[in-house]
Parts: sequence; C-alpha cells; structure tokens
Amino acid sequence: MSAIDMKTPILIVDDYKTMLRIIRNLLKQLGFDNVDEATDGSTALQKLREKAYGLVISDWNMEPMTGLELLKEVRADTQLKELPFIMITAESKSENVVAAKQAGVSNYIVKPFNADTLKTKLTAVVGDF
Amino acid sequence: MSARFDEKDIGKRVEAIAKRGDGVEPEQILEVVESVMASIDGDLSTVNLKFYAEIESLAKFIENLKLELAAVRPDEINDEHLPAAADELEAIVGATEQATNTIFEAVEAIEELTAKMNKKVAPKVSDAVTRVYEACGFQDITGQRITKVVTALKHIENKVEALLAAFGEEIRQLPGQERPDNPEPPDGSVMHGPQLERDANSQDDIDAILAGLD
Repeated sequence: MSAIDMKTPILIVDDYKTMLRIIRNLLKQLGFDNVDEATDGSTALQKLREKAYGLVISDWNMEPMTGLELLKEVRADTQLKELPFIMITAESKSENVVAAKQAGVSNYIVKPFNADTLKTKLTAVVGDF
Repeated sequence: MSARFDEKDIGKRVEAIAKRGDGVEPEQILEVVESVMASIDGDLSTVNLKFYAEIESLAKFIENLKLELAAVRPDEINDEHLPAAADELEAIVGATEQATNTIFEAVEAIEELTAKMNKKVAPKVSDAVTRVYEACGFQDITGQRITKVVTALKHIENKVEALLAAFGEEIRQLPGQERPDNPEPPDGSVMHGPQLERDANSQDDIDAILAGLD
C-alpha cells in the first residue's frame, strides 16, 4: 500500500467526458484536487511517462488502447510497475475481474458506483487519507 | 435417347448459365429442365421423372422465396429503417450528454455556494450534490448500452446487405408491398415525435413559418 496525500497527482482515464467529470468532482469532494485527465489508454500512458502520478483510475472500454492494455503496459514498465491502479468499469463479468486481477489491478469498481464505494476502494489501495 | 433431344441447344443454354457471374436465375434452370424433359420424356424412368419434378419444385420454391423476400422490402430496411434507428439512438446519446452537462454546471454552481452557506445547511447540500454526481453516471451506462444496440443494428444491416448482394438488384425490382408516400403510423396519429437535429425546425424556423402565415 502506498500512501498518498491530497496534493498527490492522480490520473483519471475514461472516454466519456461525463464520467471524467463525475470522478473529478467526487475526488474533489474527498479532498483531492490535483487531478489530470486522459480519454484513452495510449494518451494516459504518455502522461504517466511524463509526470509522476500517485494513482491511476481508469475505465476499461476505450480505444485505441483499453484500460486493461494500459494496466499491462504500466505493470511491464520498470518505472511505473508499482503504481496503484484502480479500474472503474461497467464490465462486471467474473472473467473480466479475473483478467484485471491477473494483469495486476489494485482494485476494481463496477459502474454505476457511489462516492462511498470510491472512498472505500481508494482507502484500500492507498491507505487512509 | 429421343431424336427430339437437341443436345447442342441445351448445351448452349447450360453454357450461358455457367457464364453468368451474378448467380443463376431459377427461371433459366426451369426452362432447361423443361426443355430436357420435353425432349426425352419417352425415355424417362419413373425415378428420373420424380427427380426432375423435385428440381422443378425446387426452382419454384426459390422463385417464391424471392417474391416473399421482396415483399419484406429488405432494400428499404437497409436504406431507411436501420440507419434511421441508429440515428435516433445516437441522438439519444447526444441529448443525454448535453442534458447531463447542463445538470453538472448547475450542480457545480450550487456546490460553490456551499462555502457561503451556514454550517448546518452546507453539509446537507453537499450530500445532495454528491448524489446528483453519482446519478449522472446513468449517461455513461446508457451510452454504452445504446452503443451496443447500434453495433447490433449494424450487424443486422450487414446481414441484410449480404442477402441483397446474393440476390442482386433483382430483388429490388420485384413487386414488393406497395408503400404509401407518407405512411400513417399504426395508431392513426400523425405525430412523428422529436426529430433529429438535421431534420428539425428550430424555434427561429417555426417563428419564421408562423410569421409567414400571418
């Protein structure tokens, strides 16, 4: 578990701008206001290699690079492999959850979700904040 | 074999059929079969006659099938109904996204104001704002579901297109069910519901129409 504080940069990744806005606002309510956004996996990977983030919260279904592919790239990168990674997705099938776990996901949130779930999962991944 | 059997003529017809690159017409098969049967009927056994009758029946079945398919108007399904349905669904996604953004802007403005509210009211307003944010997730979920439906419609469109390609242009020319220029909805009403933006009149357009009628 890697502790983060309210100033730690967080990258949120989703191809739906509405969802980015929801996550950003909920994070803001939890006290996190250093939040960057990306709308697909490849853009996110580029941002992760350019700036030191403390946490990634990513959707699964995106093009051209999915959230799962992004996760695998992150885990394969020596500089990023320890980065906490939460998947937020509508994919709730067991095989999806297993695939994400095998790829090294830190935690998994199913859409639709609420603020309490986000807070619980964040705490599980990065500790109390 | 009967002397009336014109092998050369039959050969030419079969060759012509074989040369067709866009499929074989049932009428052509029927014609050749009838021609062969007419020329050699004296030589046919009962088994052969049954066999040729089966082929004839098969040709008629294909012909009827084509007429039935034409009656369903697969060209119309692909050219009009499926694209229209996909457009309507995409319009739903666009409209809900727009509405959600408007809700966000309003709620974010309310959230800003919580700093100026008294300590008893502010947390309650903040909780309500959080619930609105959570509820706005519907747009993402419905968007994904509608995208799935659009994908399914495109799959159906491809299948119908393959059907049309298999039967060629002919099926478009067969007499299908006649379609009125302005079909009435089944319930007899004349309402068409919300129109797509590209087809709809804006309020300015409506005002101009009304002004033009004064």
